[in-house]
Amino acid sequence: MDAAAETGGAVARWDSDPVLTVEHLTMRFGGLTAVGDLSFNVGRGDITALIGPNGAGKTTVFNCVTGFYKPTEGRIAMRHGPGRQQAALDALTNSGARWRRSAEGAVFLLERMPDHEIAHRAKVARTFQNIRLFGGMTVLENLLIAQHNPLMVASGFTVGGIIGLPSYRKAEAEAIDRAAYWLEQVRLTERADDPAADLPYGAQRRLEIARAMCTGPRLLCLDEPAAGLNPRESAELNALLKYIRDEHDTSVLLIEHDMGVVMEISDHVVVLDYGVKISDGDAAFVRSDPRVIAAYLGVEDEEEIDVAEIKQDVDQVARRTPRSDAAGDGR
Amino acid sequence: MAGETTPVPAADNRPAGAQAKAESRRAAPHTVPARDPHSLAESVRDAALAALLAGVLGFFFIGLRTDIAPGGLTITTRWTALVVAILVVFAGRLALNLFVFRTRRPVTGRLAAGAAAGAPQLATAAKWLMRGLFVFALVLPFFFITFVPGRDRQFIDLAILIMTYIMLGWGLNIVVGLAGLLDLGYVAFYAVGAYSFALLAQHFDLGFWMALPLAGVLAAMWGLILGFPVLRLRGDYLAIVTLAFGEIIRIVLLNWYQFTNGPDGISGIPKPTLFGLELKRGEGGFADVFGLAYDPIHRFIFLYYIIFVLALITNLVTIRLRKLPVGRAWEALREDEIACRSLGINTRNTKLTAFAIGAMFGGFAGSFFATRQGFISPESFTFLESAIILAIVVLGGLGSQIGVVIASVVMIGGIEMLRNIGFLSQVFGDGFDPVQYRMLIFGLAMVLIMVWRPRGLIATREPSVALKEKKKIGADLVAQGEGH
Ligand SMILES: Nc1ncnc2c1ncn2[C@@H]1O[C@H](COP(=O)(O)OP(=O)(O)OP(=O)(O)O)[C@@H](O)[C@H]1O
Ligand SMILES: [Mg+2]
Repeated sequence: MDAAAETGGAVARWDSDPVLTVEHLTMRFGGLTAVGDLSFNVGRGDITALIGPNGAGKTTVFNCVTGFYKPTEGRIAMRHGPGRQQAALDALTNSGARWRRSAEGAVFLLERMPDHEIAHRAKVARTFQNIRLFGGMTVLENLLIAQHNPLMVASGFTVGGIIGLPSYRKAEAEAIDRAAYWLEQVRLTERADDPAADLPYGAQRRLEIARAMCTGPRLLCLDEPAAGLNPRESAELNALLKYIRDEHDTSVLLIEHDMGVVMEISDHVVVLDYGVKISDGDAAFVRSDPRVIAAYLGVEDEEEIDVAEIKQDVDQVARRTPRSDAAGDGR
Repeated sequence: MAGETTPVPAADNRPAGAQAKAESRRAAPHTVPARDPHSLAESVRDAALAALLAGVLGFFFIGLRTDIAPGGLTITTRWTALVVAILVVFAGRLALNLFVFRTRRPVTGRLAAGAAAGAPQLATAAKWLMRGLFVFALVLPFFFITFVPGRDRQFIDLAILIMTYIMLGWGLNIVVGLAGLLDLGYVAFYAVGAYSFALLAQHFDLGFWMALPLAGVLAAMWGLILGFPVLRLRGDYLAIVTLAFGEIIRIVLLNWYQFTNGPDGISGIPKPTLFGLELKRGEGGFADVFGLAYDPIHRFIFLYYIIFVLALITNLVTIRLRKLPVGRAWEALREDEIACRSLGINTRNTKLTAFAIGAMFGGFAGSFFATRQGFISPESFTFLESAIILAIVVLGGLGSQIGVVIASVVMIGGIEMLRNIGFLSQVFGDGFDPVQYRMLIFGLAMVLIMVWRPRGLIATREPSVALKEKKKIGADLVAQGEGH
């Protein structure tokens, strides 16, 4: 599946200026191939959605990108700075190093880096499908822990902090300001001094996003951020994600089951089924792709589908008025 | 407070209709044939059953006694002891039934409610207690000299011992309470500190003040060395491996005869000096220089203040560290390690710093122990020591500084006090030595505290930073980390 071909010849934006490139990613657990030879790009400044039925391997892709799993095969390249930086990337791949600076910025090979370095150096932040907050610590403390690395430097790796250097106090005040800013964005200022475990579910989801943003990421990976949210919260989430994309120079990669969210906010959608990519394009394209429809409705043989009728069903699932905006009728 | 104001559930919300009938049936035992578990007869029956059981088991364990005699064993019977045991079981079980098990309003319920309601007050009380204790600790030697002149040495010595355990508890609290890594081999670092000083003094003629920092550094180094292999372990495995390391260190000390002098230990460890002055009798000693009459109590007072200052440093550094990024990372690690890694925290280094800093304080305490005793041998560093230090941390409440103080005073002080309780031997006969029962009492205290306050005496967590106001966090929300 070549995305370029799908968008009518012109190279898609996410292919010409990708922040993240996943190439031939394979992840096996014993005999089970959770992800098989997966390649896709995440465009800089895009909201990219990774969708697929349950067990398709979406979370596994996240875990490979963020270093929690070591991929069996494949290359995962993260870029700071514009363009594909192909020369720097090739040099890096051959050098055996984990990352290198380039004229435009820097390139990172995530499959070579340990998880904390991916968050710290490559600036990829993530949230978890089952929320992982520091429940016994306050909301504010959660956001300060996210700024651990800069604060650690400011505290002179603890030595300066113990003797109470004024520069550390200043850095901490700045970190609190930044935390307060994100609390404002996710409407949690009032709860700043409450333990995170006391927050209601939706607020915990928002806090997890705020915490990830406090690391100052270039790429934010969200694993089902809208799961369990009511429609109002879901709409708020959409607004927040667009705000993050537009105002913070952060690209977003999200896994989502809620088609309403996916169709409304994503610039680019990648569809997985059984660990294999079955579609890749913008929202309208993916929505009308018969293979996607087949995967979602569990039909084995594509030939048998009456496309128009089924598409209507899918559109209903997608909470969208059908027809009008569906570009090209299948392929 | 809340316990007093809670209205008695009665008159105001009487049920009506069929429900009322059903409830009255349940409430009035004589109108229904079914046995009511709350009745007096049931309580007595249950107690009698327990007494019968005690009788059957006790017949063998208490009623018969065998002694080694020429030509085999002789058997004697002890019927009085058996009857007393049965009566004790009967009365005890009956009392429990009447007040706890088979009553509608068990006294323990009120206790638990009181404990829950009292948590915030307890925390405030703890703050004032902390200040009070600090002032008392500051003047402690003079307090004892003035008020118990006859036994002041004994009391100051006990205070030194308690202070040592407080310091060890605070050191271990960094590893177990903050970073959430259950370390059952903490005594290893105590031993490393003690032996470092003893060996440095023996071979290089170093004094206490020179050796103290070196002992801390060496212990911290051992903390790193032992920390590395256990980094990847979780839960029970972590506990078991740390336990094994503690034993390994002790056994090496025991068997490496040329270096450590094995089971014979090292003696003649120098006493600390006060700016070069020795606290000794005669020419050039402390008393001589200041024109005082020589009194051995000076040395005790001096030792007390050394350990007091060392413990105070441990406490202040820990409080500081908690508010620094590294301390927050420790607590975050205890809460959720995976989330930590997703935020760019190097969990390996973070764990190692916890191990190293905890070990360093253990090393300081160890070299103090060596100088105080003047003699050390591997016997002082058994697993039991680790267990006592851990018990102090757990009973005090994981992560709580004042909890450690209270637990040390109660446990170490309590055990020592048992020695002086005369009336117990009047009750149990002359051969009764309460100290022999200290492990039993220890265990009982543990069980009671764990029933009453499962998360330790001071179970609330104080946030390290606040936007507006600091609110205490209840223990039920705070994670315990690995191995608990
Ligand atoms: N650590 C693991 N060990 C073994 N198998 C795994 C592991 N992680 C994931 N899998 C398997 O890989 C497959 C893909 O799982 P994954 O969690 O990535 O799916 P998903 O697309 O995120 O599904 P969902 O929508 O339910 O979250 C599943 O069959 C799962 O059982
Ligand atoms: Mg998933």
